[in-house]
Amino acid sequence: MAEPLVSRVVGPSPHITAPDTGRAIMLWVVAALSPSALWAMATMGWVAVQLFVVCIAVCLGAEWLWNRLSRRPQTIADGSALVTGVLLAMTLPPRTPWWMALAAALVAMVLGKLVFGGLGHNLFNPALVGRAFVALSWGGVLAEAPNRGWFRTLPDATADGHDVISGATRLAVAAADRASDGAYDFILADQYQPLLWRNLEGSLGEVSAALLILGGVVLIAKGIIDWRIPAGYIGTVAVVSLVLGSDPVFHVLAGGVMLGAFFMATDYVSSPMSKTGRLVYGIGCGLFNGVGRFVSPMPESTTFAILFMNGLAPLIDRMTRPRTFGWGKRNA
Amino acid sequence: MARSVFRGGVHPPEHKGATAGSPVRWSPIPAAIVVPMSQHLGAPCEPLVAVGDRVFRGQMIGDVDAMVSAPVHAPLTGTVTEIGPVLTASGTRVTAVTIEAEAGQDLASFVPVPDEGDPKARIRAAGIVGMGGATFPSIVKLNPPKGMHIETVIINGCECEPFLTCDHRLMLEQPERVVAGARYIQQMVGAQRAMIAIESNKPDAVAAVRASSAGDVEVVVLPTRYPQGAEKQLIYALLKTEVPHGTLPAATGVLVHNVATAAAIADALEHGKPLVERIVTVTGSVARPGNYRVVLGTLVGELIEAAGGLVGNVERVIAGGPMTGTALGSLDVPVTKGMSGIVALPTGVASPAITGDQPCIRCGRCPEACPMMLEPYAIANYAAHQMWDRAAERDALDCIECGICSYVCPTKRPLLQLVRLAKGAAMARGVK
Repeated sequence: MAEPLVSRVVGPSPHITAPDTGRAIMLWVVAALSPSALWAMATMGWVAVQLFVVCIAVCLGAEWLWNRLSRRPQTIADGSALVTGVLLAMTLPPRTPWWMALAAALVAMVLGKLVFGGLGHNLFNPALVGRAFVALSWGGVLAEAPNRGWFRTLPDATADGHDVISGATRLAVAAADRASDGAYDFILADQYQPLLWRNLEGSLGEVSAALLILGGVVLIAKGIIDWRIPAGYIGTVAVVSLVLGSDPVFHVLAGGVMLGAFFMATDYVSSPMSKTGRLVYGIGCGLFNGVGRFVSPMPESTTFAILFMNGLAPLIDRMTRPRTFGWGKRNA
Repeated sequence: MARSVFRGGVHPPEHKGATAGSPVRWSPIPAAIVVPMSQHLGAPCEPLVAVGDRVFRGQMIGDVDAMVSAPVHAPLTGTVTEIGPVLTASGTRVTAVTIEAEAGQDLASFVPVPDEGDPKARIRAAGIVGMGGATFPSIVKLNPPKGMHIETVIINGCECEPFLTCDHRLMLEQPERVVAGARYIQQMVGAQRAMIAIESNKPDAVAAVRASSAGDVEVVVLPTRYPQGAEKQLIYALLKTEVPHGTLPAATGVLVHNVATAAAIADALEHGKPLVERIVTVTGSVARPGNYRVVLGTLVGELIEAAGGLVGNVERVIAGGPMTGTALGSLDVPVTKGMSGIVALPTGVASPAITGDQPCIRCGRCPEACPMMLEPYAIANYAAHQMWDRAAERDALDCIECGICSYVCPTKRPLLQLVRLAKGAAMARGVK
């Protein structure tokens, strides 16, 4: 017979692939965040729009420029810089100056991700690295000092209009109330409704716990995030609050817990890969977040709890390695 | 009722609808066939014929005296016109006997394998190999190493690969051959138990096989989940036993044969029929997808023409199933004993070409889906950095190459290919 020619496309098996792509996953995360993000812009107004624009533009721009300067293939279309930008903006209070958001986004991308080699190689959640940087650099601007009579602004915050929202967070009021044995008459149960639907005293991502839960449930239903992380996280915050004598419902709804549990701690790159590991990690996040909230005067316990657990993720992965089929028990 | 499961796995789109309802029909007898001397795992055969010889359908035309091998028979009556190396589906060149077929021959007749009283000798002489794709000589599995006793015979009718329906149609149309094969195997190895395992997506095949079995051969329905038909996963799902690393299933008292192999064993023992044809699912982007009874040595291109030819933008043509099969570089390769399907994958369905260095985003899908409980991403990362010892420490050698890791990877990293490199390196280093 004639010498046959290799004339067709070949490649190693498998020859079919699941429809999911990295970019589709990133865009789903953005889609799941969008109800909260849009609601933040609707309720907080122009300041929120401005923060989203600055964070997203700087994150994309920083990655684009980094790739250009280091002569790497361009990666901004993979969606991960977009996710970082959206997430970062949601960690910032609406009164954050634009230049501070710019600094946060630059640090998030460059120190949080690009110096490690880009997507997949970073140890910490880039958005939280950026948030931690500005919190440590300009903490006073981000968190209102408790001697400015802030608690009185709470009821007026919405009536003040959208431009200036200088109310202290409900968490800060609750802490002051606890410290003063209830001098402020702050009823935690009365805060459920505003925390769920319309909370302007906090960062952009705290505006509606309900919308964050909605987004998180969508991601779980789509198989994009593992329920073990938010379940371990939120459950542990509730238990810690209960043990420390406070209202668990208030504490899971207030502050950064929902954003952290559904969207920050679940970042693939900086979280463990095994199911058991994810549960352990979620519990760890919840523990540090929950305890930190009661012992630290800083409103950063979510950020640092997750960053700390990010650092432990490789260790958790190592400790929860699956046992290879057919190996039985072994000491390795 | 679907009951047992293995761990991990995925459920890719089945794509079986195009051919599941299509009865097996003969593909046309080609004018010439190309019969490789190696259609099995093990030592290749030496041709027993010379150019110019007239050979008869069923006549042994290749054999070798080796532990692990299987003789080859003339699939058609005709004249040997050429003996020499040809390209095969695997991409390797193998010595083959080309036979110019005589017109108008009766496919019902063949030279039977003589019956000398020993059924195992007859199965060896009939050239039967694992027809699920592994092509391991059946006789070797029927003679387990000393000290190992087979308690359970499992006949594998899972057909978990997408697109393929050849085993489905066989069980539906000739369940009695499958059940008879199961009984023969059970008798030969002295097993207490014989089971036929079928995935839940083939209820008609389950009913047909159940009706053929007098209850002595258990018919077990398993969930439809890839790779349910992989030997270790199948044994685990049915018996909740893990075949230990580095051992044969026989060491666990289990013997697994594919349904087509069982049917071929029944044919060999009842009629002396050697393995000269098989059912091939021809599907995907072809004009007339279907199941064809194909004379071995028929060229894939001719078989595709019999199915109406390729249609549309076909990117890859696969021999076997799309998860574990081989992409054909040329259609001028012969159908062999282990070729269960020809799947023409159009652009968009076929895996995209591997481009550049895609990052692992640590999504966790590959360790979750791996049926061997490996961490493919870790082995692949070590392999990518040529850290072969580290890759071996993560049990690269336990990989069964089911392809799930690459299938689920959202950034389309060539995980299995990297794990294969790690396996090769580990074997070269003598890792056990």
